[in-house]
Amino acid sequence: MGKKLESNFKNMVAVLFVVTLVISGAVGYVYSLTEKPMEEVKKQKQVDAIKAVIPTAFNNDPFTDSWKVSVSGSADEYAYLYTAKAPDSIEIYPAKMNGKLVGTAVKSFSDKGFGGKVWVMVGFLPNGDINNYSVLEHKETPGLGTGMTDWFTKNGPGSIIGMNPQTKELKVSKDGGDIDAITAATISSRAFLQAVNSASDAIADSADASSGATTTNN
Amino acid sequence: MGYIIIFISAIFVNNVVLAQFLGICPFLGVSKKVSTAIGMTGAVTFVMILATIVTYIVQTSILTPLNIEFMQTITFILIIAALVQMVEIILKKISPPLYQALGVFLPLITTNCVVLGVAILVIQKSYTLLSSVVYTGATALGFGLALIIFAGIREHLDLIKIPKGMKGAPIALVTAGLLAMAFMGFSGIV
Amino acid sequence: MSKSSIFTNGIFKENPIFVQLLGMCPTLGVTSSAINGIGMGLATTFVLLMSNIVIALVSNFIPDKIRIPGFIVIIAGFVTIVDMSMAAYLPSLHASLGLYIPLIVVNCIVLGRAEAFASKNSVGVSALDGLGMGLGFTLALTILGTVRELLGSGKIFNLPIYNEEYKLLIFVLAPGAFIALGYLIAIVNKLKKAS
Repeated sequence: MGKKLESNFKNMVAVLFVVTLVISGAVGYVYSLTEKPMEEVKKQKQVDAIKAVIPTAFNNDPFTDSWKVSVSGSADEYAYLYTAKAPDSIEIYPAKMNGKLVGTAVKSFSDKGFGGKVWVMVGFLPNGDINNYSVLEHKETPGLGTGMTDWFTKNGPGSIIGMNPQTKELKVSKDGGDIDAITAATISSRAFLQAVNSASDAIADSADASSGATTTNN
Repeated sequence: MGYIIIFISAIFVNNVVLAQFLGICPFLGVSKKVSTAIGMTGAVTFVMILATIVTYIVQTSILTPLNIEFMQTITFILIIAALVQMVEIILKKISPPLYQALGVFLPLITTNCVVLGVAILVIQKSYTLLSSVVYTGATALGFGLALIIFAGIREHLDLIKIPKGMKGAPIALVTAGLLAMAFMGFSGIV
Repeated sequence: MSKSSIFTNGIFKENPIFVQLLGMCPTLGVTSSAINGIGMGLATTFVLLMSNIVIALVSNFIPDKIRIPGFIVIIAGFVTIVDMSMAAYLPSLHASLGLYIPLIVVNCIVLGRAEAFASKNSVGVSALDGLGMGLGFTLALTILGTVRELLGSGKIFNLPIYNEEYKLLIFVLAPGAFIALGYLIAIVNKLKKAS
């Protein structure tokens, strides 16, 4: 092994600078390689979720026909105090077969999960009944709140499939509703149902505002 | 109201050590005596708040505008390492007694994952600067609370007869598990 | 020490978790299932291996006084590379490991091996040491993950083993992590004495 480089000021600054430069270059290069796949993965996840919650085949691109709605119910009412970010909005993706609406996928959220935000994709039939759902993102407790991915499905203990939140708001039985909460995870269940209710409200609201008035293509 | 919720949930409900598993190394390493636990808490609180303020400003005024958020980990850990060094040098000069009390803990802080973890978390949660400081302070207090309670228990553990295989780390971990269970009781309050 | 003993040293005799008690945060934080344990272990192994190789190569050019910051930058670089690659190619694992991936930077094992081994040894043995320590870490994480998953959700690698009704939920929650690791270390201590 050779002699160590001396610890004088010039050497130290130069070496640290070179090390940082080389490492940043390497990281930047890998970033340029992974940037595209990262975005595709994100988009693919949403496309899969939309396909999973819509009952039949469709042939439009839900992304180009989508629009955003801001709903107050889901957001934390104190959020404006401590977040620097603009509040999230709910995204609506209509699925059409030859121009005829076959279902609507709604990307909705609730701030009131046990571990923070819960994002879901909910699919509605044109009459407003829930067709299916898919949980996109959450930070709930493993083994408890994570149960939401199949608890509320068709054969699950707290099925919400076929219900219409516009005729009766979804609530857990503890709050006077008729849906069984996930065992030992009432907070996660409330958050989930709130996200579903908001999704339904978002469709109803934009239907009230004579369809398409709030459309912003993106 | 928002701040109080952040504060209480960071100390009790989502306690950084017992629920989020950050800072376990000092939690197990320097918790044999209450007095060292208090010293460590002081040093961590000081460095954490300072580090969060600096990294927050760097993130919002350099990394995000330049679109190089992928440099976050490298930048943050360098800032933390530099800050710890600076705090050490400055403390030595201006307040020898404080340096005496905190000095031995400072080098350990660079590799304490609470500091880096919280600096990244406040960015992920998109807090404002003020709420970041509140959150960081509360997290540090939560860290201290867990550390000091645990040190108190361990001082007594030394006096108890324990099966040979369980001595040292195993019994400490099981005790920490029971403490974590006790803290789960706070989970309904926020 | 022979080459093979350098390699096995990290796996058994000086296992980073069961014997040295290093890197506890990810150990407890991500092991609610066996697959998470393996994922975290392999990510850390990659960082350990690469940083050990690079640090063994360049340690002569880094002046002593800035040794630690220099090492940290190199380690942080590899951690960021792992982070981005996992986000792009293993998104669901990346999501479940979350914050613990960037925190590999402050995992005491990585900096510890760089400082105690790689900076004083040649590239070849440093690579072996990194690989051995990394696999030892992975092994320990996988064992802990398997135990917690089996007791806490009645499954191993997501395959149901017994009726979920009888699961001991506490083992996938925070307290179970501490308790399971405590007993595993006690068992390892016992085995070490017996051999």
